[in-house]
Amino acid sequence: MKPVRVAALAVASLIALLSVVGSMLPQFDYSRQDRQNFSAGPSPGHWLGTDALGRDRLARLLHGTRLSLTLAPAAAALSMMLAFLFGALPGFAGGVGERTAKVLIDLMLSLPWLFLLLIMRALLPLNTSPAVSAAITFTMLGLLGWGVPARIMLARARALRQAEFVLSARAAGISRARLLSVHVGPNLLPVVAAQFWIAVPVFILAEANLSLLGLGVSEPVPSLGSLLVEMESFLSARGDFCCFAALFVLLLFVGSLQVVVHEREVS
Amino acid sequence: MLRRFGFSCLLLVTMVGSAAGLDELRFYLRSEPKTFNPALVADDSSETVRYLTGGVLVRLNRQTQRPEPELASSWKVSNNGRTITFQLRQGVRFSDGTPFTAQDVKYSMDTLMDQAVHSPTADAFRSGEGNLSIVTRSPGQISMTFPAAVAGLEKLFDQVAIVSASSPKREMAVLGPFYVAEYKPGSYVYLRRNPNYWKRDESGRQLPYLDAIRLEIQANRDIEVLKFTRNEIHLINTMDAEYFDKLSRTAPGKVRDSGPGLDTEQMWFNQVSGAPIATYKLEWFWSENFRQAVSAAIHRDDLCRVVFAGHATPARGPVSPANKFWFNANLPPARYDTQMALQLLSKDGFRLKDGKLTDRGGHPVEFSIVTNAGNRSRERMATMIQADLRAIGITVNVVTLDFPSLLERIGETFNYEAALLGMTNVELDPNAVMNVWLSSGDAHQWNPRQKAPVTPWEAEIDRLMRAQASSLDDRVRKKSFDRVQEIVATELPFIYLVNKNTLLGVSPTLHGVLPVATRPQAYWNIERLRFSEEMAGNAK
Repeated sequence: MKPVRVAALAVASLIALLSVVGSMLPQFDYSRQDRQNFSAGPSPGHWLGTDALGRDRLARLLHGTRLSLTLAPAAAALSMMLAFLFGALPGFAGGVGERTAKVLIDLMLSLPWLFLLLIMRALLPLNTSPAVSAAITFTMLGLLGWGVPARIMLARARALRQAEFVLSARAAGISRARLLSVHVGPNLLPVVAAQFWIAVPVFILAEANLSLLGLGVSEPVPSLGSLLVEMESFLSARGDFCCFAALFVLLLFVGSLQVVVHEREVS
Repeated sequence: MLRRFGFSCLLLVTMVGSAAGLDELRFYLRSEPKTFNPALVADDSSETVRYLTGGVLVRLNRQTQRPEPELASSWKVSNNGRTITFQLRQGVRFSDGTPFTAQDVKYSMDTLMDQAVHSPTADAFRSGEGNLSIVTRSPGQISMTFPAAVAGLEKLFDQVAIVSASSPKREMAVLGPFYVAEYKPGSYVYLRRNPNYWKRDESGRQLPYLDAIRLEIQANRDIEVLKFTRNEIHLINTMDAEYFDKLSRTAPGKVRDSGPGLDTEQMWFNQVSGAPIATYKLEWFWSENFRQAVSAAIHRDDLCRVVFAGHATPARGPVSPANKFWFNANLPPARYDTQMALQLLSKDGFRLKDGKLTDRGGHPVEFSIVTNAGNRSRERMATMIQADLRAIGITVNVVTLDFPSLLERIGETFNYEAALLGMTNVELDPNAVMNVWLSSGDAHQWNPRQKAPVTPWEAEIDRLMRAQASSLDDRVRKKSFDRVQEIVATELPFIYLVNKNTLLGVSPTLHGVLPVATRPQAYWNIERLRFSEEMAGNAK
């Protein structure tokens, strides 16, 4: 294993571990408001300072990272499953199924999702706990985010269907299920993996955008997305480097994973 | 070569600008003005242009909050408040030179009151069924008789900009200190000094002092503040506490806190009997003890200190102390007392066990507060209230919604439990908020459009509001409205939270700014604003 991959793996694991372990410690209460020390800079009591309501930024970062790193990959996995179902399978099958899938994907990509999300949020019950609201938000993202990966998977599956080694295998009389699992599946996997790792930060950022519209994870539960919203105002963020901590963690984690995945693909 | 040519052009333009030596005030409009027709004004930006360009018969002095003569040198209200007679100034001309006459006043009022025009300004004058009758007795005197008495009649003329009946420029010919010289949609409105403006200062110099005003159209507050810090604009009329706090540290000489403004921030519970929420919750919301308990558990001082960085004061009731005449100073300040809150709740059978409050039927006390997404101060207030109420065992879910969805829920479907919003008060007179306090009103948010008052205290408020509206004696009106404020402070249909301060940004080069609570806070005396002598003539 190359040293860079080891380092990247270590960083990603460390972030995940810290977020899980740290958020379990009682001193890291993400909702406690220290109203005498709001918008404060780093101090021994608050290593990353406090937010506008006096809540410990480090505690919120740990909890937010854990939530986003759990739910964003889960939403991405849901999206990939749907993309595989509506993209890869019809692409490999061809014919009417492929044409129908194309229409469906085009329809998905052309719908004004923002307005549909607003309507969906308006229809949801108001009295949902913050944890449930987080789950709803990421499920919505997972259910709606499969259009682009499906289009890519469909194209790749169609190319594989027409590939010489697949044609040879079919000519040799291999069963459709075995063809899919032994020949097509492994060749589709890098595409699926790439789309998955693209989807994770996209969903975290999408949740940040939804937070601005009131559709994200509700207070007081933090998520990486809602912590990124602190940077929305250039003026309020200026000179307050600690409010960039969520962005730093997100970039570090996603970057590390990209290195790990990329190295694995190359090897 | 091309770049050098471009630079030369820029230099030339700059030199021309400097040579012109205009005293040009620059500030931002936060949206496109929807109209320049003063009768149709309904939005803030159009109101700004109307204020700066429109000549009125009577102007409400924003500092003293009393009406003062403008185009009318005097007036008299008679016929039990139905008739007002104005003596008009002579020798006044519109910006295009057209003479000002009583016919212009008649034309302006006829246009305003025309049902087909749908003027928002006219609503305040519609006191009863019937038409307005206008008689011009001489070129300098005009008399208007309304179908029914209008309380505070003369003050309403502050909003009525007089337009010319005969000028070919129509409403673009104005009697105010400035006129619209140029308008580039989406970019700016350029106002120039009205050469025919009638008013002069004590030394006999014609007003206004400024030559021009450039109103840039810019919705982004960040950009507005950045441009202000770079001295590219001279004024920010109202500013959020967060920005104010930052600026007061970096440029303390450029910001001013002029104390409580007129606007209020409040929360309320849905009390509509047919609302699609659980009946046991409606019973909580109908309970005076429950509402008082919630109010007592909210730490208003913390809201002011944390959310508004100290630039707000805890609200006592529906009227801000900035409204000098109508504020009821005898209202007690809202008390933060969680023990009192729990005692009030126990009277209604609520029990606190293991940190959770349950009602008589064993239901855990949990409700949602809706507020508008994107309004950071409201979101923060709701989150602080969530934490405050957790201390008495109440679980609050904060829900932020886009504004149209929110309005639909609170005004149409009533599918909400509690809401946190603000009220923008432009007018000082309680008649302007009749639709809030009358039980039949659309803006009676906790239970609007009632056929008959549901509760005895709402019936009493109806009676008092009608009594004050039908009286011409300000003392009698004040007594009635003081009682309304007392009832509201006890029954708490609205739980008033804070009165935000009026926060402004003013360039140190700009003189004569006297910030007030009423709109337009920074430039209400626009004709007397001027740049310091050493700066005059430069592109400031």
